[in-house]
Amino acid sequence: MNKKIRKPESHPLTWRLKKNNSPIWINEYKLKNGYSALKKSLCKMSPVEIIDEIKKSELKGRGGAGFNTGMKWDMVSKSKISKTKYLVCNADEMEPGTFKDRLLMESIPHQLIEGMIIAAFALQVHCAYIFLRGEYIQALKNLKKSIFEAYKMGYLGKNILKTGFSLNIFIHTGAGRYICGEETALLNSLEGKRANPRFKPPFPVEIGLWGKPTCINNVETLSNVPGIISNGHIWYKNLSKSVDSGTKMMGFSGNVNTPGIWELPFGTTAREILEDYANGMKKGFQLKAWQPGGAGTDFLTPQHIDVPMDFENVSKIGSRLGTAVAMAVDNHINMVKLVYNIEKFFSRESCGWCTPCRDGLPWIVKILKSLSKKKGKEGDIELLEELSLSLSFGKTFCAHAPGAMEPLTSAIKYFRIEFERGIKLK
Amino acid sequence: MKKKYLDIVLTMEEQKRIFEEKKKYEYPQAAVIEALKIAQEKRKWISKDVIYAISEILSIPSVYVQEVATFYSQIFLEPVGRNVIRYCDSVVCYVVGYKKILSILEKYLKIKPGQTTIDNKFTLLPICCLGCCDRAPSMMVNEDTYFNLSDKKIVSILESYL
Ligand code: SF4
Repeated sequence: MNKKIRKPESHPLTWRLKKNNSPIWINEYKLKNGYSALKKSLCKMSPVEIIDEIKKSELKGRGGAGFNTGMKWDMVSKSKISKTKYLVCNADEMEPGTFKDRLLMESIPHQLIEGMIIAAFALQVHCAYIFLRGEYIQALKNLKKSIFEAYKMGYLGKNILKTGFSLNIFIHTGAGRYICGEETALLNSLEGKRANPRFKPPFPVEIGLWGKPTCINNVETLSNVPGIISNGHIWYKNLSKSVDSGTKMMGFSGNVNTPGIWELPFGTTAREILEDYANGMKKGFQLKAWQPGGAGTDFLTPQHIDVPMDFENVSKIGSRLGTAVAMAVDNHINMVKLVYNIEKFFSRESCGWCTPCRDGLPWIVKILKSLSKKKGKEGDIELLEELSLSLSFGKTFCAHAPGAMEPLTSAIKYFRIEFERGIKLK
Repeated sequence: MKKKYLDIVLTMEEQKRIFEEKKKYEYPQAAVIEALKIAQEKRKWISKDVIYAISEILSIPSVYVQEVATFYSQIFLEPVGRNVIRYCDSVVCYVVGYKKILSILEKYLKIKPGQTTIDNKFTLLPICCLGCCDRAPSMMVNEDTYFNLSDKKIVSILESYL
């Protein structure tokens, strides 16, 4: 059986995609059952029933944190703070090593829009935003065209499908800062401010955009909604091979034969993805380490490669599923230099709000730079360990700094010898 | 008097587009990033005058505009070249060799990252992962993204912008 053939019964997100991933516009989308979930939701279901279905499906947020989507929707819909509520799609994909939302927005934008309309109806939201990273020019073009098509068909605007429900979707493009992906920083940015994260609680579900209850969901999360509504929560849960429901966009990049991204059931092992989908390491390259889901996740080693890719199993072996789009590090790469690259990125992208992150990251970068040039000093590794404690969870305002520490601490854990080789011998 | 200042700095067309942006939001300040981008399109950078003009059109203090303008990497507070090259220096591009790509760019343009060529044609800047790790290494020139870069490809890409 060819594992790469996408079928409606097993690939809710990608079965409509064409081989070359060229965009699917509204006519083709409709021919392939598109917008039928929207009709079902608005004409046959109540908002409570929709939220219930999503809750029962146990869909978890696909932005990295994995919070239960139905529960989030429930909180927003029950919030009494204000009648005006907002839905924001987090499309600020900037996590180094992650390229899943780009594919979904460029190739199948209507699926996201349909998911957003259903979510908005369930939450009784009349104004929704897509916070799109500014560099995704093609995604912007394709989303704009799709939104225009959806208005023309009567799926957006006033009195959608004559149900009395109205919704406008606007695209807001970012201006290039990684921290905008953090949901509260995203809200500040959307409001036209510096993208500094906000204090939590209150959480955005209560006090979000302009102080109103706001539901923030990732592109992939919302793209899952039409499939769940069409086929039901039991079908959705059965797609998975693990405790986490459904499928997930997963991939491998680096020096592998066919880097890419595939929709796979949760619980597919990393080895399967690497060997069967990415077709293994390139000739002359061996797997030395890998990151399961973006630059902010702990490195793992080849001995972990049989881990089923889901939230629980990846965290059991000391990393995070993150975005589930993995990166292979090969034997030609020096871990100190690689971590230096990663920490330089995190240091550059710190929003500067709190001291440990603003000052600690450049300090770490400085030490790594000297280690990478074999000019490190005795005690540098211990200093790095100490610093990473000062930047761990609870020490800084948001998860940026602790996220930055995951690759560093795990690299020291597994490849300490390479760090030691960076120390200048007297 | 005030109105005149705005009219001198921003064209009617730009003002119209900023007004359209304002309609998308509950509060006009939310349009500030887009306003800066609109104003930057032709000018290539944001001068003090533009900051004041945007603060006028959005009826917000100029310091609000200034603090936003200084925060985001796509807003330039000093002149850049006619073409802005942004090479991805994130982790996957590192693994597959962005450094080589960068050195070719530096050699060809005779500048370092952050600098602009003497003839003002190119500015070279790093950028956060462009989300095309399956086709790395990658870079953007203005609004165009290029994948699977190689030595040969880079030179012909740059030449197409001359
Ligand atoms: S941890 Fe870093 S990114 Fe987060 S608020 Fe503090 S300074 Fe900003």
